Amino acid sequence: MPYDNAKTYDKLIFELSSPGRVGYSLPAPDVPVEPARAQVPAAYLRREPVELPEVSELDVVRHYSRLSQMNYGLDTHFYPLGSCTMKYNPKINEDMARLAGFGRLHPLAPDALAQGALRLMHELAGMLAEISGMDTVSLQPAAGAQGELAGVLMIKAYHEANREKRTKVLVPDSAHGTNPASTAVAGYEVIEVKSDANGEVDLGDLARHLGPDVAAFMITVPNTLGNFEPRIVEIIEMCHARGVQVYMDGANLNAVLGITRPGDLGFDVCHFNLHKTFTTPHGGGGPGAGPVGIKAHLEPFLPAPVVVKDGDRYALDWKRPKSIGKLQAFWGNFGMHVRAYTYIRTMGPDGLRAVSENAVLNANYIMKRLESHFDVAAPGPCMHECVLSARRQKRLGVTAMDIAKRLLDLGFYAPSTYFPLIVEEALMIEPTETESKETLDAFCDAMIQIAKEAETNPEVIRSAPVTTPVRRLDQTRAAREPNLRWRPGA
Amino acid sequence: MRYLPNTPQNQRAMLDVIGARAIEDLLVKIPAKARLSRPLGLPPALAETDLIRHLRALAAENADADSYTCFAGGGAYDHYVPSPINHLISRGEFFTAYTPYQPEASQGTLRTIYEYQTMLAELTGMDVANASIYDGASSLAEAALMAQAVTGRTEIVLGTGVNPLYRRVVAAYCEGPGLRLRDVPAPEGVLDGAALRKLVGAKTAALVVQSPNFYGCLEDIAAAAETAHAAGALLVVVSDPVNLGVLEAPGRLGADIVVGEGQGLGVPLSYGGPYLGVFAAKQEFVRRMPGRLVGATVDLDGRRGFVLTLQTREQHIRRAKATSNICTNVALCALMATIYLAILGRRGLARVGELSLAKAHYAAERLGQVPGVSLRFSAPFFKEFTLKLPKSPERVVARLARGRILAGVPLKPFDRRLGDCLVVAVTEKRTKEEIDAFAEALARMVA
Amino acid sequence: MSNIPTDLRYTRDHEWAKREGGNVRVGITHYAQEQLGDVVFVELPKAGAPAAQRQSFGVVESVKAVSDLYAPVSGKVVEVNAELGKTPELVNQDPYGRGWMIVIKPSNAAEWDQLLTAKQYEEFLAQGGH
Repeated sequence: MPYDNAKTYDKLIFELSSPGRVGYSLPAPDVPVEPARAQVPAAYLRREPVELPEVSELDVVRHYSRLSQMNYGLDTHFYPLGSCTMKYNPKINEDMARLAGFGRLHPLAPDALAQGALRLMHELAGMLAEISGMDTVSLQPAAGAQGELAGVLMIKAYHEANREKRTKVLVPDSAHGTNPASTAVAGYEVIEVKSDANGEVDLGDLARHLGPDVAAFMITVPNTLGNFEPRIVEIIEMCHARGVQVYMDGANLNAVLGITRPGDLGFDVCHFNLHKTFTTPHGGGGPGAGPVGIKAHLEPFLPAPVVVKDGDRYALDWKRPKSIGKLQAFWGNFGMHVRAYTYIRTMGPDGLRAVSENAVLNANYIMKRLESHFDVAAPGPCMHECVLSARRQKRLGVTAMDIAKRLLDLGFYAPSTYFPLIVEEALMIEPTETESKETLDAFCDAMIQIAKEAETNPEVIRSAPVTTPVRRLDQTRAAREPNLRWRPGA
Repeated sequence: MRYLPNTPQNQRAMLDVIGARAIEDLLVKIPAKARLSRPLGLPPALAETDLIRHLRALAAENADADSYTCFAGGGAYDHYVPSPINHLISRGEFFTAYTPYQPEASQGTLRTIYEYQTMLAELTGMDVANASIYDGASSLAEAALMAQAVTGRTEIVLGTGVNPLYRRVVAAYCEGPGLRLRDVPAPEGVLDGAALRKLVGAKTAALVVQSPNFYGCLEDIAAAAETAHAAGALLVVVSDPVNLGVLEAPGRLGADIVVGEGQGLGVPLSYGGPYLGVFAAKQEFVRRMPGRLVGATVDLDGRRGFVLTLQTREQHIRRAKATSNICTNVALCALMATIYLAILGRRGLARVGELSLAKAHYAAERLGQVPGVSLRFSAPFFKEFTLKLPKSPERVVARLARGRILAGVPLKPFDRRLGDCLVVAVTEKRTKEEIDAFAEALARMVA
Repeated sequence: MSNIPTDLRYTRDHEWAKREGGNVRVGITHYAQEQLGDVVFVELPKAGAPAAQRQSFGVVESVKAVSDLYAPVSGKVVEVNAELGKTPELVNQDPYGRGWMIVIKPSNAAEWDQLLTAKQYEEFLAQGGH
């Protein structure tokens, strides 16, 4: 039983504390150390010591090693989490990001002393532009949602520069929640556009909403049901004819590398999730990186500064009077840029195309193997992910969530559940290209076993998981009486 | 390809099951006119050994803090990073896990975030800290938006001492909701109290104070709190948590929201990111907070466990009406900070502060004795201070770099009036020898 | 079948309204609380706040869902159920009783007649309820 340790280990670091124990090593003072109040007004100084644990280095190492064993990670488990592109994170990426020249470089080092870093950023932006068919890429956004905000703010600045007053942004009802949320932060009213049963845009509904007050249409391609939007070129033309900018949520870019490019399709803006397509680790929920690509007409509005090349020298260009400003203090999540750069240089153009081909093949294989056991949300072939519905199982008293929990017992992480919102009891499965046929078969066998259990022994599903460090948790209690920090004796 | 396990035989077998002749058949929904008809114009694949050589060459062109003595600060600091951090965060179970949406299989991540929230709430003196935000600057921007939501007011008043890079981020985020930013001058390095009282009024959603500020000076947070609260505004304090072993918790001085950059808590410099956005607030604002929160609860057997909670605030449920558009946190950086704070503990963190303070004051005295060089401001400072130089600070930085010293951050790009100034940061890592060498090099340069 | 008291009026957003003297007491229906699941939080206006028919006066939340609360009639909020702050589960346990939310002093008597009767609300639910 791999989780015996985890099942019996129930400590928080605070509960290991023993007064006087030390885990740090700090230099002896080589300059005079006076009491702080000699240099700082007493009212500015801490009156009571910080209540932090007092533990040894081994206490720390063992505690966090044990906690790590309570997680399913990609390194230990298949992670078919739809829309999240949980592909293998190559180890060489980590070695490169930790080179002192990258990992130990101060962000305010003068440009002349950061030429290698600036060159890497410039080249990465160029490679992402080529992959996406966009004219320019800004690496500054810290995550997909921030890329969205940057993209929508550039669109806003563009319309304002043209003295056009547009107040609405259209978003399909199948969209990720960040799309409407980012749009709202940018100050727009969000209008939902209907999707048809296949998750494709309802063109009639789109046409009804496309008015002179619409600034942008934001759409995920391939869509959140895992299908390529077959009329995307027409949709973009419809939008452009009304002066509407078109934004592609690049969450699903892993499906189309070297096959089609957002820029060629006509998109004005698209963001990238380096932590999905370009193998930077998810880290238990970030950090990610969300570069944003744009067409030339939006270049004046790029976040500042922009990495530029002049001859063989690289520099941060701050003279951007029309810029939307900054999104984070420095230049972007550079550590993630190093990893993504390493990955793209590892794969090369043919390798990247093979990535998408295998991602599509793997998803279709799973869909085919499971289609007689679960309802398929939209007919195939799918792209890099497929969406199943557990509506059949729900009639037997087994929900998508139950199935997800049962998978944990069978040694797999769960698919995304209840997304997209337009599919009842959705199970969204994205295997990625880095999984082998053997792994896919084992996963499909587990899913088929669960489908059978739903008919013969639903209780085993409803009571899952039982092999994990804890069983199902009381979410209602957590939300009704929020306990968000540990307190001594509590 | 080592990351693509499907062999041609595997592919054939899978296509046979699917009932397709070739992978091409699976791409039929992509219109022909939308297809890329050529290979991507990217450099060819590199073998691992060639790739390492190439990236090492790029890395070698950078003046990193291992090969240079780093006195640069301005929001990123060369603090001590205990060795276990890198080993522990590199465990695949932490490193390659996703957001803990399935809590039963994510207790490791959830428990560490709960510890992180506890530690940051304690450090900042606030009731609740969230699971983290991208970086200090975006945390401040989120605080501005939250202050608007809480107060229904339309102006944010910022001290000039707030990091100017942060100010630009706040401006970008406030564009959409139409929040107006107003600046309080700081001619003597700290907030001008009289100007402040004029600017803070019935329209003010929040007063933002950074301490120590961009010039290194310590602000009077309690006085700022009084001014803000008298006008019914919130006080937002930008704080560097690594200093809070010695400096008073902003929450004890009247802050309603505390934000800041947590990079100093064991997160690598990494040319500016990824970093750690700290965000903490009073309990009464918890349902207006941006970002993820982890809470303790129990499982079916009554065993303690942890979950993401109060999720109805967030974009995946509330969509356009969410408190923020943020989806991710920076869990791995939060884990670095958690391990850092566990290792340093209650005495170690205070020691880091005491050593930084002492060395910064030694350095200020030593550098201030260089002919023509003086301290620009007389206000008390912590680990960073502003020098007025007799020669162009940019040229000083370039010259000292030849001796492998990163002298600091010139202020000219941020404020022309301070074009002759250099901000110098001194952490506990700097030695007397390094500081003396800096002073000698500076003396030679300006002589 | 849902519990729909015949002495109340209803909205298409699943609020109930009850006449009490000159005032109107408001809550959400049995059906609504069932759809939401365990209620974890209710956000209500302060007494004295204005209410406008079909406009949101607050929010009710379960673990994974949020619903706006819509005023059945316009007027002024004169009373608020403070108990829901500590015990939001009352909305599940007793939606028509201790789970009430606000009392409105109506400003337009004609609005009352626009509300659904119990029978109309029952038919509305039978058609899918949205």
